[in-house]
Amino acid sequence: MGLEAKLMSDGFITTTIDALVGWARESSVWPMPLGISCCGIEMMAVAGPKYDIARFGSEVMRFTPRQCDVLLVAGTVTYKMSHVVKKIYDQMPDPKWVIAMGVCTSTGGMYRSYSVVQGIDHFLPVDIYLAGCPPRPDNLLNALMLIQDKIKHTRARDFQNIPLLEPVKVNGN
Amino acid sequence: MEIKDKIVPLLQEQFPETNFEVTDFRGDLKIKFDASQIYPVCNFLKNHDDLKFNMCEDVTAIDWATKKNRFTVVYHIYSLENKFRLRLACDVQENHPHIASVVPLWKSANWYERETYDMYGIKFENHPDLRRMYMPEEYEYYPLRKEYPLMGIPGDLTLPKK
Ligand code: SF4
Repeated sequence: MGLEAKLMSDGFITTTIDALVGWARESSVWPMPLGISCCGIEMMAVAGPKYDIARFGSEVMRFTPRQCDVLLVAGTVTYKMSHVVKKIYDQMPDPKWVIAMGVCTSTGGMYRSYSVVQGIDHFLPVDIYLAGCPPRPDNLLNALMLIQDKIKHTRARDFQNIPLLEPVKVNGN
Repeated sequence: MEIKDKIVPLLQEQFPETNFEVTDFRGDLKIKFDASQIYPVCNFLKNHDDLKFNMCEDVTAIDWATKKNRFTVVYHIYSLENKFRLRLACDVQENHPHIASVVPLWKSANWYERETYDMYGIKFENHPDLRRMYMPEEYEYYPLRKEYPLMGIPGDLTLPKK
């Protein structure tokens, strides 16, 4: 029974705002693709017709963080790059989620060296860690589905305890 | 006469004072000489009509971790005309490691020399823009030196605030 049938019979449905917003959010998770090394290739494969991320409503890869919901960090994050990643994360509007794709991003992986951050959770809150070097595209889809599940169960009150930004005071005015 | 047999006699003739140490390993010719001669020798190799080494493929260095002759700077140059590749090597010392830049001859050496400076701290004199390449510009250490620890020095590179 689809939505149409429901509308035909009663003309209305009952739900909560949270459920409705959650349903809308989970079916349009727009990723911010941050393909900073080899994992980026698998991320592109996911967007291609074979794996087709559009089936999950996430085909809109926006190259501006201001329109995105989930940060997809696909690749080795060096200390020099970490500032860029953080800057992009900061520009994304709330609510936002982070997928750490590949072992490099999750733990530093095989790059146990001075230049690579040993896991982006040193400076970002990560929702999903994705194993593999690189993870297979279906694995990334799995991560996306887990994120969708998480989004579906997110309620508006989960954001209520986030402190508001202090208003900026301009001197002399 | 093969180009390979020509190079060393020509160099010896042009620079009678310099000692050229020649190694031929599996067909790869390597010439080692004093670091002060790098610019004139490269100039000669590039501009001589029979040699024409017109491409610089790589500049790098080796840290031997020894007191004397601590670093060796290695150049790979190629002659498109003769289809021949040559390796040049010069020792530099631990105390104020420096060598003349070859950027005036080969523009491609610019970033190679910056990279070598970044990783080993060898100063290339007369380089047009000797800045760090990979590491942040204010960084103090040279990561590919042997005394540098694998995981770096704690606190030398900053992470963004959480
Ligand atoms: S996890 Fe593997 S494939 Fe992914 S960025 Fe690291 S090295 Fe590349």
